Amino acid sequence: MNSVETLKQSEDYILELHNIKKYFPVQKSLLEQIFAGRKDFVRAVDDVSLNIRRGEAFGLAGESGSGKTTIGRLSIGLEELTDGSVVFNGIDLASLKKEELRKLRQKMQVIFQDPMASLNPRMTLGSSVMQGLIIHYPELSDQHRDMVAEIFEKVGLTPANYYFNKFPHQISGGQRQRVVIARALITRPDLVLADEPVAMADVSVRALLLDLMVQLKNEFNLTYLFITHDLATAKYICDRIGILYLGKLAEVATVQEVYQKPMHPYTKALLAAIPVPNPRKRRTEVMPAGEIPNPINPPPGCRFHPRCPIAQPDCAVDEPPLVEVEPGHFVACKYAKLS
Amino acid sequence: MDKKALMEIKDLSVTYQTRLGPVSAVDHVSFDIYKGEILGLVGESGCGKSTLGKALLRMIDPPGEISTGEIIFKGEDIMKYDYNKLRNFRGKRASMIFQDPMTSLNPVQRMDEHLIEAIGVHEPGVKRESALKRSKKMIKRLGIGADRLHSYPHQLSGGMRQRVMTGIGLILNANLIIADEATTSLDVIVEAKLMDQLREIREEFGISLLMITHNIALVAEMADRIAVMYAGHMVEIGDIYKIFEHPKHPYTQGLLASVPNIQFDANEELYKMPGEPPNLTHPPKGCRFHPRCPHAMPICSTREPSLLEIEKGWLVNCWLYQKHQD
Repeated sequence: MNSVETLKQSEDYILELHNIKKYFPVQKSLLEQIFAGRKDFVRAVDDVSLNIRRGEAFGLAGESGSGKTTIGRLSIGLEELTDGSVVFNGIDLASLKKEELRKLRQKMQVIFQDPMASLNPRMTLGSSVMQGLIIHYPELSDQHRDMVAEIFEKVGLTPANYYFNKFPHQISGGQRQRVVIARALITRPDLVLADEPVAMADVSVRALLLDLMVQLKNEFNLTYLFITHDLATAKYICDRIGILYLGKLAEVATVQEVYQKPMHPYTKALLAAIPVPNPRKRRTEVMPAGEIPNPINPPPGCRFHPRCPIAQPDCAVDEPPLVEVEPGHFVACKYAKLS
Repeated sequence: MDKKALMEIKDLSVTYQTRLGPVSAVDHVSFDIYKGEILGLVGESGCGKSTLGKALLRMIDPPGEISTGEIIFKGEDIMKYDYNKLRNFRGKRASMIFQDPMTSLNPVQRMDEHLIEAIGVHEPGVKRESALKRSKKMIKRLGIGADRLHSYPHQLSGGMRQRVMTGIGLILNANLIIADEATTSLDVIVEAKLMDQLREIREEFGISLLMITHNIALVAEMADRIAVMYAGHMVEIGDIYKIFEHPKHPYTQGLLASVPNIQFDANEELYKMPGEPPNLTHPPKGCRFHPRCPHAMPICSTREPSLLEIEKGWLVNCWLYQKHQD
């Protein structure tokens, strides 16, 4: 199962996920609980192992319900694991007390999709961003304002003093996301979890935000865990990418490998489905039948087999492990090479 | 090749009365929708594309109103229709699919009832049995199992719900379907399948499809023509191949260059358009794009250009292609 671990041990990993699982219990009425006699679980994340190298931008991509957001939340301890372990900078998150985890959070920050929902509408932008400093660096209180001004300049909110006393509703959506990025970076994190950070932005604004994220990554030596449903956008920021299907990794490799030489039949279908902005390159591939199944009772064996164009009889029985087919290219499909 | 217009939109404006004064979300827009074509209407949030789509069915509610213009459908101006005629037009001649099918479908009504109701309202003479038969046929045509006909909306997947919405539009043989971000909430594979179906339906029923979306790649995939809106104005409209290969308006150029492309060796570097779309309470003077335009000239900030034909069937709203002094 842990073929990812067979990678060279010498590599510097900032985040290691070892066989993590997250099952959410399904809410049922009392009567059903008594008579059904068993509990159902949504298997949001089911045995995922992954190592993220220091300084890389790792993309987690998949359709809705594939578990990408849950993996992100588990990685920074926002959600409790059902099983497995998360190791950040060599420290197992489960071994930490609440207060210790809180301290560690200054090294792992989050950017969410909707900046309007992540900013307190009654707080000025300056004080929103300053909160992280007040919590994590109380001893530097006389420098807080300058530090906020400095980070505002870095994310392109200039002049910083103009934005300091503004409220979220007074600025545009693109600028709001810059404030959220500033707030994430002010505690000088090592790892930034970016959950669909540009999904709300319009195309013309998105390019600037992506560019800013790449710039900041280099300047602050950040590692990104970039969660997205949009593979086309991921291409512009990610070094490696993991494709998720129903709580399991289907394929992991560099962006270039995955996009140019996809091996898993699901990855192939997913990439083919994405429209290309060129009317001369319209899609001709036929899409797989059906829709992403219910994660409460996922299909046995390979979870993709009911929709898979190359499925063999044993796909319904054996669950394919994620194996390294080529150096650095992991695929969870026994017949991947045949297709 | 000359195409016949199904709907002609002439000088259409939609104005919203706000506390900060009137906002013209759609400002003097004119264009045609041809018979049997797929027209992609693109633009960023707030450019007026959805308002325009609703205005075509006269579905603008106060404080908004259609302040000027004509909408000619098969030779008749629907702006002059009374309530009954308008009601007959909506649904029977033209229908709309919205982004979120869960809010468009009645949660306590089964699928068959939705379809039968649509027939019952617009064709009062039709018997229930024959309406049911037609509904079954339509559902099957859209690739949904007949057993699903008795399901409630929450029992269906997002893709199926959206197909039922399409079915309600098609069952009365509407000539025009307006799809406003119809696939935005769907996953890519489901979206791709719905697109395949819309394409087949267009061939089979000869309908016209107005696709309103912010997803430019999807328009490239589907449309015959593309119309680009910016800040309430139509800035460019024409053949999909020509515009994607040689966009004329600087906004179209920037927009197309900033669309991420999944293919390597295509659009490796995204164009970073400076600034953000303007607030329509105080739109910039002259051409509304001039503050972000790399080719802005003195005249652009003082006088508005007009949407003029630069080649047959290709219209651009930009001073670069129009005669002017200075």
